[in-house]
Amino acid sequence: MFELSVNGQVHQVDAPDDMPLLWVLRDMVGLTGTKFGCGVAQCGACTVHLDGHPVRSCVLPVSGVAGRSVTTVEGIGNTSAGKRVQAAWLDIDVVQCGYCQSGQIMSASALLARVPAPTDSDIDAAMSGNICRCGTYVRIRAAIKQAATGIPAILQTIDDARAAP
Amino acid sequence: MKPSLHDVNLARRRALKAAGGGLAIAFLWTGTGGVAHALASARRQPGDAAMAAADGAPPFAPNAFIRVDTDGSVRLVIPSVEMGQSIYTGFAMLISEELGVGLDQVRVEHAPASTDLYGMPLMGGQLTGGSTSTRSGWEVMREAGAVARTLLVSAAAAKWKVEASECTVSRGIITHAKTDRAIGFADVATAAGRLPMPDKVILKDPKDFTLIGKPMRRVDAFGKVNGTLPFGIDVKIDGMKVATVQACPTFGGTLKGVNEAKARAVPGVVDVLKLSNAVAVVAGHFWAAKKGMEALEIEWDLGPNAGLTTEKLISTLASASMNGTPILGRKVGARPSAGKRVSATYQLPMLAHATMEPLNATVEVTADKCEIWAGTQVPVRCVDAAMAITGLPREKIVLHPQYLGGGFGRRLEHDYVDQAVRFAKQVGYPLKIIWTREEDIRQDIVRPPYYDRVEALLDGDGMPVWFADRTTGPSILARFMPPAMTKEGLDSDMVECSAETPYDFPNLQVDWVRQEMPDGMVVGWWRGVGPLHNLFVVEAFMDELAHAAGKDPVAYRRALVRKSPRTLGVLNLLAEKTQWGQVPLPGRVGRGVALGEPFGSHVGAMVEVEVSEQGKVHLRRVVVALDCGIAINASSIEAQVQGGVIFGLSAALYSGITIRNGAIEQSNFHDYRSLRISEAPVIEVHRVDSKEKPGGLGELGTAIVAPAMVNAIFAATGVRLRQLPVDPDLLVKDKAALKETLSALMPAVGEGA
Repeated sequence: MFELSVNGQVHQVDAPDDMPLLWVLRDMVGLTGTKFGCGVAQCGACTVHLDGHPVRSCVLPVSGVAGRSVTTVEGIGNTSAGKRVQAAWLDIDVVQCGYCQSGQIMSASALLARVPAPTDSDIDAAMSGNICRCGTYVRIRAAIKQAATGIPAILQTIDDARAAP
Repeated sequence: MKPSLHDVNLARRRALKAAGGGLAIAFLWTGTGGVAHALASARRQPGDAAMAAADGAPPFAPNAFIRVDTDGSVRLVIPSVEMGQSIYTGFAMLISEELGVGLDQVRVEHAPASTDLYGMPLMGGQLTGGSTSTRSGWEVMREAGAVARTLLVSAAAAKWKVEASECTVSRGIITHAKTDRAIGFADVATAAGRLPMPDKVILKDPKDFTLIGKPMRRVDAFGKVNGTLPFGIDVKIDGMKVATVQACPTFGGTLKGVNEAKARAVPGVVDVLKLSNAVAVVAGHFWAAKKGMEALEIEWDLGPNAGLTTEKLISTLASASMNGTPILGRKVGARPSAGKRVSATYQLPMLAHATMEPLNATVEVTADKCEIWAGTQVPVRCVDAAMAITGLPREKIVLHPQYLGGGFGRRLEHDYVDQAVRFAKQVGYPLKIIWTREEDIRQDIVRPPYYDRVEALLDGDGMPVWFADRTTGPSILARFMPPAMTKEGLDSDMVECSAETPYDFPNLQVDWVRQEMPDGMVVGWWRGVGPLHNLFVVEAFMDELAHAAGKDPVAYRRALVRKSPRTLGVLNLLAEKTQWGQVPLPGRVGRGVALGEPFGSHVGAMVEVEVSEQGKVHLRRVVVALDCGIAINASSIEAQVQGGVIFGLSAALYSGITIRNGAIEQSNFHDYRSLRISEAPVIEVHRVDSKEKPGGLGELGTAIVAPAMVNAIFAATGVRLRQLPVDPDLLVKDKAALKETLSALMPAVGEGA
């Protein structure tokens, strides 16, 4: 039996020691916002925060989490960085299929909490563990910058299209 | 009366014409029984009443797409599935525009499985793929909104005893300005629901559009940024258990036997289930199921393909290309006897889809009912399959469609749903089956390999007087939609964008040698389909021709697209936005272009790369110019093109499925690589404004980008890549020097520390 703190709430879970946090969250706590993508920490879809740091929950045994504070995408909006990231994500309309976006938002929120004004290389370093098969990277980059600076990123499509010849 | 094959072909030709010319994927899917269905209609259909009754019994449901509830709230039932392409938003915009509501005032719903109510004209069925949704549905969606608006206004006008034509609708409020009266949908919904269907409705004048053409935010974004939007994998059913599966790793192999003892000893495991070619381990949660699967001792009969390798597959294609009998795609004129000959062989690899959401399905089978929860691009096919497996009639199969965590053509197949039904049939509880990523890649229904031999003859000025492409590969269409094959046995997908190009070739021949994969190896659609394959061959080869002619690749194309004004407009916009030919580039940096007319759109791409001395390709910049007809949602056009470009570049740079001992060798994202944000280029999207009917977008960026990239690599290095994915070894600047450096770094064999 483990005692887990998830998004500020305490849960008792009867899980085997080696059960990854991902499956404890999804199948026991009932929070399905954290996604299964690869199971081997290659894609980042399962990213959550452990005491504020981004971790891949698909390879993190629950036994290593007891007594520490877990934040998932369902709770990240209660942090300042997470709130700004989610707002920018909506404003720039980042998502497509959306499956990887929980992980993207968790990685981006952790970056902003640590580096208030990230450069492109900061973004590369913090976000390259998160794969998006829909290819939303251009807007992810823009949204992180908007969340950091508060300056709205202008979608290129807002420019008028060229008149037909 | 059942339609004859002649009717089917006629209807198909009409559909092709409607698709915007070319050989855009456009089928009339007539179902397994060869029966053509009614397809989506803007007006009330038989079956609508029952469907609406099951959907909350709203007082106003004028057709299959719109429900107005007693409180006046508006729900829209979207016939295509949402897999990221933003069709829920696009269709909601089209309906809302005509209905007279804001996008913020509607809720969207998944459409249940029904060919009659939700079948789309271009696909002839309820099938989301081929970049056809908007092309197929934009008129019927607008009309559906207009029908609803007409009825609601009629009800209000009758209530007020005024002329309906004097009433206006905006944000869900009907107004009669003359008498200064206004009423909400809630107060006229019941009356409107009793009115007869209007014969004719008036669509809005485009100058009055408030939604269409504007960059609108997605209707499904909110739940996707806070984790609350459920995908198929998130489904929870009372009493449900979770399983993971393993199917025989070889193509066509079967299950010989299992020793269940060790698996059943894993705490939490409750069942081990078997099919002829797969096993499932069932537990209370996924982790126990996965541990159980790892402990399970499985014996496979590897079957007839146990010795299959990629090399064998390719050599079979190469030999068929030389010796097989081609089926003609298109022929114009004849091969001239004179000219400078340029020829090349292109080869494309097998590809897996690797949707971010691994394949999964949840199924409950009881004596008299089968319920399925799954993300699928083919809802009706899932129901058809479940009927066959369970023996239950159609009305006893209930499919609950889900948001898809990526489709890319993988969820045009329903093998994972069939498998889940077969397993669930064996147990007395709802069963959720989740494939591991390893299973998802190893059991992918891969994009097949292709082998193309191309030839051109150039006149004294270097311009082509002959173009020929002999492509060799298997037909996906023959399995997927048999009626769509021509009576000559041509699969139009095999020659789409090569038989018809924007170029003015005076003589050409494009044909196809059909070489099927070995029995047991099923191949399928992959984002970009035929155009992805053929645009790579044609556009990389066009670059070779320009080079052979000593001409600039943009100028060379420009001289050949005079008869395609929209494509010329796109090429000119691309040249302008990239300042083509005017920007000095450093060493090992190159730019390449590609141009085409896939999916009823017109598109050009410029890729700029830098190739390191060690052969690593760095993507510096991508510019796409397009004319996709009327733009419904400018924001999602940009997003689809950017995402499509990333998907295409991922494949061209890194992806390739290989086979050893009859099985797929790759297993996860470490050996089936995807582009990451650190490798993603800046992607600009520029649009030529157009009043033409909408073209396809979902696959546009994917289909056009790879040839532009290899052409850029040629410009940077002088190395012509005719095979994908990119082999960095071929791009090393000075191979001798690199070898020396590497050997200096490596300890000699036999020397220990």
